[in-house]
Amino acid sequence: MAKTPAKKPPAPVPPGAPVAPCSTYAGASMVRFVDEAGNLLAGEAPFPDERVAELYRHMVRARRFDARMLKLQRQGRIGTFAPCFGQEAAQVGSIAACTPKDWFVPSFRELACALYRGAPMRNVLLYGMGLEEGSAAPPDARDLPISIPVGGQSSHAVGLAWAMKLRGERAGAIVYFGDGATSEGIVHEAMNFAGVMKLGVVFLCQNNQWAISTPRVHQASDRPLAERAAAYGFPGVVVDGNDLLAVLSVCTEAMERARSGGGATFVECITYRRGVHTTADDPRVYRGEEEEKAWESRDPLDRTRRYLEKRGAWDAARERALEEAVDAEMQVEIQAAEDYRASSVNPLEMFDYVYVSMPPYLKAQRDEAEEAFRGRNVVVGASAPWVPGGAAAVGQLEEAPPEDAAAPKGGAR
Amino acid sequence: MSGNSVTMVEALNRALAEEMERDPRVMILGEDVGVDGGVFRVTKGLQDRFGKDRVVDSPLAEACIVGASVGLAIGGMRPVCEMQFSGFMNFAYGQIQPHMSRFLGRTRGGRRMPVVVRAPSGGGIRALEHHCESEEMSYVSVPGLVVLMPSGPRTAYGLLKAAIRSEEPVIFFEPKSIYRAFREEIPVDGDPYPIGKAEVLVRGNDVTVVTWGAMVRKCREAAERVAASTGAGVEVIDLLTLKPMDPEAVMESVKRTGRCVVVHEAPRTGGFAGEIFARINEREDVFYGLRAPLARVAAYDVPYPLFARENAYLPDTDRIEAQILRTLNA
Ligand SMILES: Cc1ncc(C[n+]2csc(CCOP(=O)(O)OP(=O)(O)O)c2C)c(N)n1
Ligand SMILES: [Mg+2]
Repeated sequence: MAKTPAKKPPAPVPPGAPVAPCSTYAGASMVRFVDEAGNLLAGEAPFPDERVAELYRHMVRARRFDARMLKLQRQGRIGTFAPCFGQEAAQVGSIAACTPKDWFVPSFRELACALYRGAPMRNVLLYGMGLEEGSAAPPDARDLPISIPVGGQSSHAVGLAWAMKLRGERAGAIVYFGDGATSEGIVHEAMNFAGVMKLGVVFLCQNNQWAISTPRVHQASDRPLAERAAAYGFPGVVVDGNDLLAVLSVCTEAMERARSGGGATFVECITYRRGVHTTADDPRVYRGEEEEKAWESRDPLDRTRRYLEKRGAWDAARERALEEAVDAEMQVEIQAAEDYRASSVNPLEMFDYVYVSMPPYLKAQRDEAEEAFRGRNVVVGASAPWVPGGAAAVGQLEEAPPEDAAAPKGGAR
Repeated sequence: MSGNSVTMVEALNRALAEEMERDPRVMILGEDVGVDGGVFRVTKGLQDRFGKDRVVDSPLAEACIVGASVGLAIGGMRPVCEMQFSGFMNFAYGQIQPHMSRFLGRTRGGRRMPVVVRAPSGGGIRALEHHCESEEMSYVSVPGLVVLMPSGPRTAYGLLKAAIRSEEPVIFFEPKSIYRAFREEIPVDGDPYPIGKAEVLVRGNDVTVVTWGAMVRKCREAAERVAASTGAGVEVIDLLTLKPMDPEAVMESVKRTGRCVVVHEAPRTGGFAGEIFARINEREDVFYGLRAPLARVAAYDVPYPLFARENAYLPDTDRIEAQILRTLNA
């Protein structure tokens, strides 16, 4: 899937324009290869055009599917999820630096990475429909399922890299987390472990400027998050996370260090969550359209496409063909997921994976449940379409009618 | 937020506002509690009203939110901290159990701990993984903690006021499925609802149903059905305080009815029903009067499933009704 680049990547170049209005990062330098207009900032093209075009395809595929999932959620066909809109370069550029032997440890927003690693769209949809079947792990894949408790997964990457070291395997681990997650103690603990044991972990922080409603500047001091790496004893790099080539270049080097016993790297991708935090969130409560507009002009897909077009490696016809191919794929996958859900999903499956072998008391509960479920439909769909403003955070709240329309009194019903 | 018939979210918001008005030491901290007003909007408008020093958007760090609250309390403030979901309160357990719950004892009464830890809990809203669990037993088992769970706007308002005025650390679980589900009248500048006092919601002499939180509504529905179909008197008790629990309300009732069904959303093994049964067992006057085996309706002993299967997992009115009937006929 991922080939190593033909040439050694060129040295980091400092930023041209201010890229991150939410984080000033005064005086810090950021790795950047391509500007918003798609111009190479310095030197030779670091990667063959075909490779860049291939990664661009992955970015478009992820964005299109992400947008489609948002629609499905709005129609009530899947439940809550966290869109990756705007972060495709940070995700594809970093995961493309990994081989299938390297471990992929996501948080909850890495749709583009998961698709790149080969997760079938139907599985992503099944999970979104509230069916555990969607996160069933093929035993040979080195991918972990999404992790919602913020930051917790960082320690798993430490363990995975440690295991690779103990078993003498040439493989590293890449762990994804956000700017908000860097405030959690476990993330510090993980980086310290990796530093002191010289473990091959790439800590891939997508600094997308927001943790729900909390802006980056309220999360931590106004120094780059990547500077923390110095104290743990490994390199930290700030990279323009909307610049595919820059991310790919930095991560290729970091993953190579991870595989070859050189230890960990902290990569801070400066990017932007262009969409909602999750489908239950309403960004209008805490941020303005102006800021969103400013970041729209730095969009990672536009930038990569312009770069490729300028080099004669992409055009409108190819774009259209790609979109059609993705749409056809999505149609098949959505149908497959919806067929599965309609195929009388077994509610008793929830008893099957609590232990490797089911203890008798659980078997008894399963029998009891079977009796209780008989003749009833106890499996739920995603239900009603979403309405803005309700703030259910991650789900759907039952709403009492407005006061004047409410029943006469008491109303505990 | 006009009028006095409000949802639980509005009732909690009012209780917070009135207590902040009343006592300048009361402050709020947590993730997204300020500008956003909390992901469920419980603290909506409070930062505008009381300022950024008293309603604080903290970094994303549950352990330090609680740990800092311990320090704030010792330093003379009365922090009310919000855990965005009770599932993430586990990150703060290392502060709640070893530190917050033990300070009073360790200092032989010298350091009180007026801290409230609020957390939305329970399931039933088709939410994501880890956003649905009922974890009251992790806290009920810790000596020194007060554990409360209201069952609607009125009790939420009164209990939160009591929690904020308490000199003891309180874990305050808010059943999220009923945040906006129905309205009740609440007073303006009303009184706290006493900690440690259960409420008998429906009177009856044939069977006692003990429950709390979001299950209260379902138990009342089931009780009505049973009463309608059999004419039996089903007594429904809402515990409200899990620790220190009101034993008399339950003992008096079960002594009278001789039958008891406990209903909770948390998994069966290690659930609070077991504690209630043990207490009944320890009271000779109640135990020897039992006319049916004690029974419980709880979630199954499996991890909270993703939402497609959550209706199968959670106790529902049908299951509760069936158990009440079995107990009546035993
Ligand atoms: C331990 C924990 N606390 C709180 C939450 C609720 N929550 C989910 S995502 C999120 C913000 C995460 O921000 P960041 O790390 O920047 O990632 P992003 O959402 O921006 O991708 C919060 C507070 C959680 N899932 N886990
Ligand atoms: Mg973020």
